[in-house]
Amino acid sequence: MNYYDINSLNQSIHGTLSSLMPEGLAITLEGIAVGLLIIVLYALLAIVLIYMERRVCAAFQCRIGPNRVGGRGGLLQVPADVLKILTKEIISLRHADRFLYNLAPFLVILASIFSFACLPWNQGAEILRMDIGIFFVLAASSIGVLGILLAGWSSNSKYTVIGAVRSGAMIISYELSIGLTVLTMVLLSGTMDIQEIVMEQEHLWNIFRGHIPALLAFCVYLIAGNAEANRGPFDLAEAEQELTAGYHTEYSGMHFGFFYLAEYLNLFITAGIASTLFLGGWMPFHIPGLDGLNAVMDWIPGVVWFVGKTFAVVFLLMWIRWTFPRLRIDQVLTLEWKYLMPLSLVIVLLMTLCVIFGLVL
Amino acid sequence: MNLLDTIIKAAPEAHIVTETDGIQIVAVTPEELPAAAQALAQRPEGAMDFLYDLTGMDWGEEGLGVLYQLESTATGERIILRTQTTDRERPLLPSVSTLWPTAEIKEREAFDFLGIRFTGNPDMRRLYLREDWKGYPLRKDYDATANELTLDNEINADTTEEYTLRPDGTLECHEHQLFGNDDFVVNIGPQHPSTHGVLRLRTALDGEVIRHVDPILGYIHRGIEKMAERMTYPQTLAMTDRLDYLSAHQNRHALCRCIEGAMELEVPERAEYIRTIMDELQRIDSHLLFYSCLAMDMGALTPFFYGFREREMILNIFEETTGGRLIQNYNVIGGVRADLHPDFCNKTKEFIVHLRQVLPDYHNIFTGSIIAKTRLEGVGRLSREQVIGLGATGGTGRASGWANDVRKRHPYAVYDQVDFEEVVRTEGDSMARYLVRMDEIEQSCRIIEQLIDRIPEGPVRTKTKPIIKLPEGIFTASVEASRGAFGVLLESRGDKSPYRLHFRSTGLPLVHTMDTACRGAKLADLIAIGGSIDFVIPDIDR
Repeated sequence: MNYYDINSLNQSIHGTLSSLMPEGLAITLEGIAVGLLIIVLYALLAIVLIYMERRVCAAFQCRIGPNRVGGRGGLLQVPADVLKILTKEIISLRHADRFLYNLAPFLVILASIFSFACLPWNQGAEILRMDIGIFFVLAASSIGVLGILLAGWSSNSKYTVIGAVRSGAMIISYELSIGLTVLTMVLLSGTMDIQEIVMEQEHLWNIFRGHIPALLAFCVYLIAGNAEANRGPFDLAEAEQELTAGYHTEYSGMHFGFFYLAEYLNLFITAGIASTLFLGGWMPFHIPGLDGLNAVMDWIPGVVWFVGKTFAVVFLLMWIRWTFPRLRIDQVLTLEWKYLMPLSLVIVLLMTLCVIFGLVL
Repeated sequence: MNLLDTIIKAAPEAHIVTETDGIQIVAVTPEELPAAAQALAQRPEGAMDFLYDLTGMDWGEEGLGVLYQLESTATGERIILRTQTTDRERPLLPSVSTLWPTAEIKEREAFDFLGIRFTGNPDMRRLYLREDWKGYPLRKDYDATANELTLDNEINADTTEEYTLRPDGTLECHEHQLFGNDDFVVNIGPQHPSTHGVLRLRTALDGEVIRHVDPILGYIHRGIEKMAERMTYPQTLAMTDRLDYLSAHQNRHALCRCIEGAMELEVPERAEYIRTIMDELQRIDSHLLFYSCLAMDMGALTPFFYGFREREMILNIFEETTGGRLIQNYNVIGGVRADLHPDFCNKTKEFIVHLRQVLPDYHNIFTGSIIAKTRLEGVGRLSREQVIGLGATGGTGRASGWANDVRKRHPYAVYDQVDFEEVVRTEGDSMARYLVRMDEIEQSCRIIEQLIDRIPEGPVRTKTKPIIKLPEGIFTASVEASRGAFGVLLESRGDKSPYRLHFRSTGLPLVHTMDTACRGAKLADLIAIGGSIDFVIPDIDR
């Protein structure tokens, strides 16, 4: 039972538009509207996330954080920074591979927007829906690493090459763990369609349904997701203290802005997928048997649930980032290949056995 | 056999020239120097295995020469060897870099400033100045107008030169290849977030693994030793704070001690207490900054702010009494500039109580972190022999099992009246270097606690004449600065300014260890090793 299902709204908008104009035109218009919506949402979320990061890290570091621009809360600091970065010159390098150098930031942002479009915001509020949804997210997000490798290579600088190679080695390795933990949840849900995965969790979230293997998978996913998003303690691709800025050292202005934006949105996407797979996505918190509680929970809109859960996971990831020192490349790879990947395989096996013998709740 | 006999047995012409602060200065001829040096370095009753410093000198008519300050790590005996060559056109001296590896870089310094070529040193490039520099600035006949301001890039040679003397008296030059054509050379610095200043490390990489590190120095070389030759003694004091700005007090303390020793000036007891307390506060200040920067270099930004939070309190204490935060200009010849601020004692006591409360937090967030452990343990290991040979004093040496604390070995000020431990560890890795400094913070707190309530009443400064002239001679003094033994060597000709003033940089031997410590480590380790070895660039470049 969901009071906030917007499927009917979608259909009525589509019906009205179709009655006014040919269906092809209506779909085109809708596509443009949705596309604009994604881009606006994307930019807004980045601003919110950057503000949150500044505030959260300030709190961890016994500081106040932004508190000048836009009143005591410093609310206008990030928009001001956005405006500033938009006005900055985009430098072109003399010995760079011009085409690839300019292409790289777009690949990174493209990958991130593709995955972003798959997030289930609410019932009926997903932008790309396909029956292999989660598989598509994995595939689309892998384009990002291509952008990073190209950025590092085409800048013709030693720091960027080292950063890009580190990033390539790391992201490709951690993709394995992510794939395997996602597979665990697919096994539990029996579908790859993101909306169906959420619907499956109507009675109980996956992390409770799958108990031990799901909890383990959640931990592995968070570690690997953190690595995928290139964030501390796995930020060795940009490792400021070693490589100045890693693969995007030579970028300026909005080209750098794209990398920066993508980094924050990747964080959000990682957290969003985590909340979809493990914490029920937009699904309210239900406990089987307690109908009163479940009914109250249902009054809270799905989008609030989804955003709330996602930001909770984002906070967790920020907490990790601002606590730990950075790992070294060999330690990162050891962690993945010697510990996380075998562990993920065990988790998949465990989950398979649980599902076969009906040991899930 | 005493030291002099050891030398005379190997070098019959050697003789005592003079004595300073109980240290004999023994002259040997360049021909006999290798034998005398070898005999000292391998002396059975306590090898003189630590080359404290090597100072190039220009004695004008008498020629160019070098003073070798030697110390035995076993017995603490000290001696100064003096050798010179009268040939100003082609000054040649034998290298001692095979006996004391630290001489390799210090002989480069002497070559850079005085043009003395050391035969047998594998690396006779300039150290601080540009490779195309004309003349040798510390020579008394140096023409300061010979070099115009050049704005073009300096091309660094990929090779080093080694000179050997053929039996017929001609020079032979070998070239050693530092970097090959197929080496992937990355410049860490001079503008880099974690070199803590304008240091440049040319690093040859094999993937992520470091093959070789070559430090390029001199980006902040100000010619302080040259400038000092034209200053009056009180003016030279202002230079010391600008060497290692995290040891400003201790550096100035060393020069004051040296000048006071030469003048035979008695310093009031109150001033000695104040100097000791200030030295220790400065050490805590420096070690807190070390903690912050090491954590930040390794990507942990939160501990960085922890360290700075407490350091700020020390700076406030400094500011109240001295008026300065980083550069305090507090020690003067004969005492300290002004008496303590009335709140000084209370604030210092409160600060130590506060620091004791927050130190466990420091360890919780960083020392206890599994990632910090794996990043630091076993990384950049230096053996005891290596640190002694390379002259790496301070926490770096003590982490490798070498007890080199000047405060214990040659006590000065009131260090002989306080009870504290010299922190020594044996692992020799980055973790040990880190922990040594963290433990030293606690020892410094102990020293301050013992002294703060016992500061005697009285004047803080002995009055001196407005113009200070020192008697003729060579004078030395050393103190334990925040990151190692800091020394002053002063030669006076009876004027109101020094004939030659040389500072033993604590950082130069430390940066010299980078190549040894980093070979075979990863690029990320270089940053961790550099952070844990803890050098300050203005002190290296002077």
